[in-house]
Amino acid sequence: MRQEFIITIYSENHIGLLNRITINFTRRKMNIESLTVSESAIKGISKFTIVVREEEDRVKKVVGQLEKVVEVLKAFYHTNDEMVFQEIALYKVQTDTLYDSDQVERLVRKAGARILEITREYTVIEKTGHKEETQELFEALNQFGVLQFIRSGRVAITRDPIERLSEFLMERDNLLNQID
Amino acid sequence: MAIKRITGSKAVILSLLEEGVDTIFGYPGGAIMPIYDALYDYDKQVSHILTRHEQGAVHAAEGYAKVTGKAGVCFATSGPGATNLITGIADAMIDSIPLVCITGQVASPLLGTDAFQESDVVGISMPITKWNYQITNADEIPDAIAKAFYIAQSGRPGPVLLDIAKDAQFQEIDFSYKKCKKIRSYIPEHQVDPFKVKAAAWLIDQAKKPLLLFGQGVIIAQAEAELKAFVEKTGIPAAWTLLGLSAMPTDHPLNVGMLGMHGNYGPNIKTNEADLIIAVGMRFDDRVTGKVSEYAKNAKIIHLEVDPAEIDKIIKTDVAVLGNAKKSLAMLIDNVKENNHDAWIQEFRDCDQIEREKVIDKDIRPDKVGLTMGEAVRITSEKTKHNAVLVTDVGQQQMIASRYFKFTQSKSNVTSGGLGTMGYAIPAAMGAQLGAKDRTVCCFVGDGGFQMTLQELGTIVQNKLPVKIILLNNNFLGMVRQWQQLFFEKRYSFTELQNPDFIMIGKGFGMEGHQVTKREELEDGIQRMLDHDGPYLLEVVVEKEDNVFPMVPSGASVSDIILEA
Ligand SMILES: Cc1ncc(C[n+]2csc(CCOP(=O)(O)OP(=O)(O)O)c2C)c(N)n1
Repeated sequence: MRQEFIITIYSENHIGLLNRITINFTRRKMNIESLTVSESAIKGISKFTIVVREEEDRVKKVVGQLEKVVEVLKAFYHTNDEMVFQEIALYKVQTDTLYDSDQVERLVRKAGARILEITREYTVIEKTGHKEETQELFEALNQFGVLQFIRSGRVAITRDPIERLSEFLMERDNLLNQID
Repeated sequence: MAIKRITGSKAVILSLLEEGVDTIFGYPGGAIMPIYDALYDYDKQVSHILTRHEQGAVHAAEGYAKVTGKAGVCFATSGPGATNLITGIADAMIDSIPLVCITGQVASPLLGTDAFQESDVVGISMPITKWNYQITNADEIPDAIAKAFYIAQSGRPGPVLLDIAKDAQFQEIDFSYKKCKKIRSYIPEHQVDPFKVKAAAWLIDQAKKPLLLFGQGVIIAQAEAELKAFVEKTGIPAAWTLLGLSAMPTDHPLNVGMLGMHGNYGPNIKTNEADLIIAVGMRFDDRVTGKVSEYAKNAKIIHLEVDPAEIDKIIKTDVAVLGNAKKSLAMLIDNVKENNHDAWIQEFRDCDQIEREKVIDKDIRPDKVGLTMGEAVRITSEKTKHNAVLVTDVGQQQMIASRYFKFTQSKSNVTSGGLGTMGYAIPAAMGAQLGAKDRTVCCFVGDGGFQMTLQELGTIVQNKLPVKIILLNNNFLGMVRQWQQLFFEKRYSFTELQNPDFIMIGKGFGMEGHQVTKREELEDGIQRMLDHDGPYLLEVVVEKEDNVFPMVPSGASVSDIILEA
């Protein structure tokens, strides 16, 4: 059964690594729904968050292959239930729509969104949430005309009490020490 | 180590020497000229083999790696030089062969400008290398090379590529070298879990019809002695994959032959009768498993494997023992009970008898007029006392040679398994000869594959490499023709060749040789080839339309193996 999975990859911050990671998906004709990369809590270690809609068995295998990439420290996969996750969306609307009625403002408040910037011509609204929520706001705002809309890739954090990476790094240090 | 101020190019050569490199296969060009210039001063310490094509260099490096167990090294220039390496790198990736490929690259300010002979070789080779890296600063050279050798040779080996910008080759650096011992993000092999070993041993002790399947992992881990001790203690029959050939003597009583599409009858059908499969250093390739959904359904599966990604990739395991096969087998030996499975082994013998009558005798001791590939292979193996290195190309001759050539020592089989690269054999044979200077190297190749890399005859002659090339000429792209006959109603679409005079071609390169067309000439012909001091090309004209059997038709289950058409 295909469902959404969140793949988390911790890696060294090296040039070309994004390519090395994504070719594992391309090769299996697996579509990436969203991808975010940035520095993790540990300095010098990047964290990739990749969302796919796939069968679990295929996800498990691709994660196995990702772990083989020399610069990858660890890769995990989770279902949506196992993680707290968010995306951020920005909407640009004509400032006039806010003056014409209070509907836009009410939508913003109801959605828990906020206004980032107002100029004479346009207003930028920001909302974080799940895709359905940011999409819902888009559709609502679009009745008044959305000039531009952008949604980020997903960021996610496990429901585990600790960052698994630190536990894993300790384990890894032990393994590495056994090498010599 | 003392620090010296030298150019990046010289640092490349000194780093290779630090890694114990004695042979480099390569082909020069603009972007790698500074490295070649530095090499000029080191001809005493390292020999460079100038091939006739970069594909020749990379296959030669593979052949060298296969017989030595050390990384093969090759050089190529940027652009077309680098792209000519690609087939061999892909071959090494899928067959887990350690290679260190060094390519020249345009000077770093020109990167991304479509400069002359610029190609993104790091990008191109990314899916087919274990690791690759572009060097734009000479300071990086020693560490990158140290890392390259470490990654290529540790854990599950594979090819790595270093792309060195020309300006970095000229730059001067303070050189000192330190071998790479570990990389934070890379765990080459896991420690064997004693609990898993116990669980495996328990299954092994219970099994009534156990079958061990071994692959190249045994050779890579140098676990041949442990494998032998394990099967001898437990009395379990063992079958090899194509790449596992030679990891155990052919005539060992517990060696029940080859798995796979053209493997032996017994191990194929018995796979589906076994109640336990112990897979050691093999990866359940589709040519081995046939139809996966019907594969080994009666068996529990134990998998001894160094690469975690191979576990459950194709066949679900009951017990996975991660780690180096030498260690895991040694631990298993201590945990299993002595046993024998004579009645079960007898079932394999009975299968052998059937296969001998239906297939083998006709192949290796034919009574028809035309020559067979099988008899040429049998006689060559006998005359070399089953002690030669076998190099094969791809196709019918590969399968026949793998079936009938015999082995008495490990690291004696050089073939392109996973990729099935035609044109592999001739260059791989020259690399194998350089890696095993004192051994006889017998290279079997078809008339199709021969014409893919025959330019390397020139390299063989120039370097006086006494490779024995047995060209099995059926005037067809034989294996494809066989499939056309069996599965495409004999519609021989573009598989017949108009061939050149092969012996004349050999002579043109300065290689001795002769052609054999009759059975009476075969034994003497092979003897003459082996007695000749130097490289030799023996062309054996075989039946045009012989087929390789047994065969597991593609998509069929291993138990549906057919013995004749
Ligand atoms: C580079 C490459 N191209 C095509 C193939 C497909 N192929 C597999 S076997 C074969 C025929 C080989 O013919 P030949 O070299 O004469 O050997 P034979 O089978 O007759 O022994 C072909 C074309 C291949 N394996 N490699």
